[in-house]
Amino acid sequence: MEKVINDIEKSYLRTDYPEFNSGDTIKVHVLVREGEKERVQVFQGVVLRRRGVGLRETFTVRKYSYGIGVERIFPYHSPMISKIEVVKRGKVRRNRLYYLRELKGKAARIKEKRY
Amino acid sequence: MIAIIGKKIGMTQIFDEDGRAIPATVIKAGPCTVMQVKTKENDGYSAVQLGFDEAGKVNKPKDGHNKKWGGTKSRVIKEIKVLEGEEYKTGDEINVEIFKDVKYVDASGISKGKGFAGVIKRYHFGGGRASHGGRLSKRGTGSIGNCASPGRVVKGKKMPGRMGNQQATVQSIEVVKIIPETNLLIVKGGVPGHKDTVLMIKKSVKK
Repeated sequence: MEKVINDIEKSYLRTDYPEFNSGDTIKVHVLVREGEKERVQVFQGVVLRRRGVGLRETFTVRKYSYGIGVERIFPYHSPMISKIEVVKRGKVRRNRLYYLRELKGKAARIKEKRY
Repeated sequence: MIAIIGKKIGMTQIFDEDGRAIPATVIKAGPCTVMQVKTKENDGYSAVQLGFDEAGKVNKPKDGHNKKWGGTKSRVIKEIKVLEGEEYKTGDEINVEIFKDVKYVDASGISKGKGFAGVIKRYHFGGGRASHGGRLSKRGTGSIGNCASPGRVVKGKKMPGRMGNQQATVQSIEVVKIIPETNLLIVKGGVPGHKDTVLMIKKSVKK
C-alpha cells in the first residue's frame, strides 16, 4: 500500500541538492515564469525548519529584506527550484528556529559550524 | 462502457508542468474480468458483470457463480450497463487503459463513517453564536418547527444522526495519470472512503 505510493513519488523526488538543515544559510534559485519568459530568482536566507517526508517535504527560508522579515516555504521536491546552494552551515540546537522571528540584526545571528 | 472497478490506495501530491503541487489520489483500477454477459433476449437488459480483486477463497454462492464461467475467483463482483453496439464476451479483461483518452471520471464508493454526527457537521448548519452570550446553543439544531400549527415536525427535518458509511459519488475528477504496468489510476483530489475502499470508476457524466 505505502509501497505503491512511494514508488509513484520516487520518480518525482529530487536528489541533486546538497545536504542542508535548519540553521543553515542557503541560496534557493527559483524559476519564475513571467508570461512566456522564464528567469531565475535567488532567495537567500536562513532555513527555519524542514518538515514532512517523501514528496511532501517542505522547508522554510527566512530573510530580512529592507527591514522586513520575509519567509518563504518551498516544497523540497518542486521542479521550480533550479538549484540550492549552501552558503553557511549554522550551529543550532533545535530543528524549528521559530525564535528567530522575534530577533533581528546582531541578535539573529547564528554561530557558524566549524569542522 | 468506460468503467472499471478499483480500490483506493491512498493520497499523495504530484507536481504538474507548471511546478504546482496538486493533490492526488492513487487508485488501483482493475484488471477486471467479464464474468457474465447479460443480454436483452436473455435477461431483459444488456450489461456485463465484472469481477475484481482475485481471491483465494470466496463464499459458496460466489464460488458457484465462479464455476459457471470457470475463471479466477473474484472478491468483488459488480454489474455495469453496456451501451448499444458494444460487445463483450466472458473472460474479456478490462484494464486501466480504457481511460487513456478520458479527461474526467466519476468515482463512487462507500464513504468514511462519521458516526452519530450533529447538524453542523452533517448538514453544514450555521450553529449558534460564539460570543454575545450565545451560551445556550453553540452547535445545536435550533428550532425544529412552529407551534400548535402545524403541531408536528415536518418530515425529513434535518437532525443529528448517523453520517457517512453510505454510497457517495464524486463527479468530474480530473485524471492526472494512468500507469498501465501496475494498473494505477491517479486522479486529482479525493474520492469517497478510506484506504482499500472498493470504487466504481466511470467516465464522467458531466464533462
